[in-house]
Amino acid sequence: MAKHRGRGMASINYPIGMNLGGDPSQALVHSNPEGKFTVTLSAIDLGQGMKQVTRQIAAETLGVPIADVYVDTADSDTGPHDMGSFASRGTHRVGNAVMVAAKEARGVMLEAAAEELEVNAADLETDGRGNIHVKGAPSRAISVKDVAVAAQFRQGKTIAGRGIFLIPLSEVNAETGEMSPVSCYAHACLVAELEVDDETGEVSMLKMTSAYELGRAINPKLVEQQLVGGAWMGMSHALYETPEPYYPDIAHGPRDYNEYVMPGPGDICPHDIAVLERPAPDGPFGGKGPGEMCANPVLPAVANAIFNAVGVRIDELPITPEKVLRAIKAQGGARPQAAAGGRR
Amino acid sequence: MAKTPVQFRLNGADKAVFVDGGENLLNALRRGVGDMSAKFGCGQGTCGVCTVLIDGEPRLACLTLAETCAGRGIETALGLAAGPHLHPLQAAFMQHFAAQCGFCTSGMLMAAKALLDRNPSPTREDVVEAISGNICRCTGYEPIINAILEAASKRGGQPSGEQGRARI
Amino acid sequence: MLEFRKEYFKDEREDGLNEVGQPRQRQDMLGHVTGRTRYFDDHAFEGLLHLKVLRSPHPHARLRSIDVSAAERSLGVKRVIRAADVPVNKNTLLSLIGFGKDDEPLLAVDKVRYKGEPIVAVVAESEAAAYAALAKIRVDCDPLPAVFDVEEAIKPGAPVVNETYPANTFEYHDKYNHQKLRFGDVERAFAAADFVLEERYQMSPIEHAPTETNGSIAAPETNDRFVVHTCTQALFFSLGTAAKLLDLPSNRLHFIGGTVGGGFGGKVDSLTEPLSILGAMLTGRPVRYVLGREEEMLYGCPRGAERHYIKDGVMRDGRIVARKVTSYFDAGAYTRLSSYGAVKCIAHVPGPYTIPNVHADSYCVFTNRTPATAMRGFGITGVDFALEVQMDKLAHKVGMDPMEFRILNAYRDGDLKAHRREAHNCALIECVQVAAEKAGWPIRDEFRRMNSLTGGGGERAVIPATVTDELGRIGSGRPASTPSPRAPTLPIPPPPRVPQPMAAQPRVAPAPTPVAPMPPAAAPPAREQPKPATASPQHGATRFSSVFGTRRR
Repeated sequence: MAKHRGRGMASINYPIGMNLGGDPSQALVHSNPEGKFTVTLSAIDLGQGMKQVTRQIAAETLGVPIADVYVDTADSDTGPHDMGSFASRGTHRVGNAVMVAAKEARGVMLEAAAEELEVNAADLETDGRGNIHVKGAPSRAISVKDVAVAAQFRQGKTIAGRGIFLIPLSEVNAETGEMSPVSCYAHACLVAELEVDDETGEVSMLKMTSAYELGRAINPKLVEQQLVGGAWMGMSHALYETPEPYYPDIAHGPRDYNEYVMPGPGDICPHDIAVLERPAPDGPFGGKGPGEMCANPVLPAVANAIFNAVGVRIDELPITPEKVLRAIKAQGGARPQAAAGGRR
Repeated sequence: MAKTPVQFRLNGADKAVFVDGGENLLNALRRGVGDMSAKFGCGQGTCGVCTVLIDGEPRLACLTLAETCAGRGIETALGLAAGPHLHPLQAAFMQHFAAQCGFCTSGMLMAAKALLDRNPSPTREDVVEAISGNICRCTGYEPIINAILEAASKRGGQPSGEQGRARI
Repeated sequence: MLEFRKEYFKDEREDGLNEVGQPRQRQDMLGHVTGRTRYFDDHAFEGLLHLKVLRSPHPHARLRSIDVSAAERSLGVKRVIRAADVPVNKNTLLSLIGFGKDDEPLLAVDKVRYKGEPIVAVVAESEAAAYAALAKIRVDCDPLPAVFDVEEAIKPGAPVVNETYPANTFEYHDKYNHQKLRFGDVERAFAAADFVLEERYQMSPIEHAPTETNGSIAAPETNDRFVVHTCTQALFFSLGTAAKLLDLPSNRLHFIGGTVGGGFGGKVDSLTEPLSILGAMLTGRPVRYVLGREEEMLYGCPRGAERHYIKDGVMRDGRIVARKVTSYFDAGAYTRLSSYGAVKCIAHVPGPYTIPNVHADSYCVFTNRTPATAMRGFGITGVDFALEVQMDKLAHKVGMDPMEFRILNAYRDGDLKAHRREAHNCALIECVQVAAEKAGWPIRDEFRRMNSLTGGGGERAVIPATVTDELGRIGSGRPASTPSPRAPTLPIPPPPRVPQPMAAQPRVAPAPTPVAPMPPAAAPPAREQPKPATASPQHGATRFSSVFGTRRR
């Protein structure tokens, strides 16, 4: 009986947004009488942090502190159309729509402030703490709150904005497949280290090391949530999950979480992550979406690490202990490969 | 259909509900009392999102007959905070970003509370064991484990007033 | 542990923003830890009824008769809903964007096509009462031969799963039973390659398995509308689907959601809203339809299984010179989103690598299993698994370090991709370098010096002479003297329409008529990316129907 260690890697890119485009998102931004903002969407937060990401984008664009912005979603009576939360489109599409709406609202806010301060709007800047002042002369200032009151009750302006972001639908050539899939991609590379038990076929994850490039981390903690949680799901896909264990035979489908196996808190391994940011030219502050690609490199990295450990190639997912054991037996025993990357 | 009255203490307050024969505690809490913090995830006892404490022990409300709770003391996530002051576990979950969709969080917190109430200085293995009946599909468990260990290390016995409401 | 490598691409970024890039606390975190976050099911309604569905026990069967009389009389039952009660009982999800033909009933009419397909719905005072009533429904059916394997399903003579697509494949461009990708001449490149590797990969279906199952509560509102609390991932998508199936003006539906207990793609298909709303319409009371966990596991849409055949030609020095991919997407019994997923997959081939000859075919195939849907990485996860295991095998074959192998073949800014679009904003090389460094995986200096910004374009940005039919004829000419640079604005002549009578459609695509050679590109366009909210003038398409062919009802 022996446990064999192995390392494997995989590198991927990931298309951001619905394939071929044609997936619009809209946003509305408006101020209450005291200069506090609401972003109204119909976008969906599945847990990925849609509400918080759009909140930070709005606050940054408006030039106000985060505490002065809340995101309200989703109600079809009040939230303008959004295509939906899928295809890693949220940050990119909804984020852009929010930026457009926030820019318009900011424009009105600065015009109103300019009128109060008797300057040109182009000479004003926000301090990100709730005030607007003349560039280079911070003492000539007015609070956002006072601007909101003035705009609404004296000037008759509405500090509000609307935004839509749409990448036009791409053609697809029937003969060549020429098409514009998306406007930007995220990237990743991941190294998986694991141990294979050649008597049981069980695979234990030991460590993951990765680099993800995602344009701009709108919120580094939310990025971390996606990358850690996504890698767990990738590991789960690679080694555990299937509703059809004997695909294409539909028999023996799992009926509950006992039969649909996923790694538990005792099966996880440390994950050492590096984040790179190459802003997408058309992303909000360059943001792309990490929500899906975080799982993808794990599956092949695990398969490649198993080959490195015991010399078997399992080309069918999930890589269950049964498959590993059968493969080891078929080749007459484990055949550890040369250490990947020079060491185990 | 004749309904049976059941009385119990929920988060320190007396409650009474009428339940159908065979109705489970999860339903009684959600539809009877109006405490929506415990969730329906499977009804089969395999996911843990319905975890509540009954007389201090973690139990799956979906598999517990409501009628067997007569006279017992039940705790749910709604009772964790002391007024406006978060329980150390709640504060730690916030600090460690230990929730994404949040659906497993109520059950996870109750399982964690049961652990810390009986074992104030758990090892990582103790924490893993305590939450191994609670499925999380989003976080990958690491931030949850870290949050529970943090809460254990910070806890001086009572939730301190200075935990306060976490500021956004 | 997570670190930022800010030194990469820092010239392209302005750091030090006020809110963006800051680790602010989530707006919803306090609600999560205090148990106060409200999901669709956390709404109380007086008089709430519960809906449960009778599901087919057979993967393929003709329905002869359905007797619901005992169920209607069952204790606590308020209404039994039949197929005839559904105003528009045929739909396909992407009809909302004009893609595909209506092929799926809300409740089965004369046939069931997968085990678990809904046949009858019961609305009762409690879930227990609804389940008891379901058990009293008698369905007489004749089981039919079923097909479960994608390659068996596309053979002549296979059982017809879905009569809307009698060849068991989705139709693309009114012509083909697959989507093509053609770039260069793979057969010539295989013949000249030092090594050729052909492999088969299979990815299992995957359950989303969020801890919150699919569900919705629909209730009559005070203004002759229906309010619907839903877990959907796409609010207006679900609203539009329900409006169509129930023949309601869309503004009579008020959908509320936005806070979901995990989705991962499994809450796009609008599995419960149409029936819960119909239940509310027919009873005048709030109706709750939530999938049980066993239902969610077995009959809630999974990620579809994928099968990929990959054939690569590689040179001794590690350059991949040709890649041929054939992909089969197992859509299950109905189209739903698989038609789109198969195209998304081929849009991803050959991966983040510059390969001068690429050939791919992607099929969306119908089988007698639970209809598949999107899942985290839709169209990508499966083919990436296949591609990256293949890359590992290739590296092994040529005796090259896997990291270096990736860097060598990686795409760079300015390269032309197989879809004839210029690559930009690339970062694969840097990710490989950083991962290798963090993992203590040594790579040689020449590979550590490479980057995404240099080495691309030039010869790597030329549209090659491309074979576009089975006879090896060139369908796209190489421009005479000047190499064609990036061509995102290349005008695309519409494909010649070859009318085909439905009944005579062969299972294998006919040899297409030769396509007129592409006109040579004009001067290279400025490398300007589309700004937000500006429509690009040369894209006239607004509906998928004009991209992929006429949608027939």
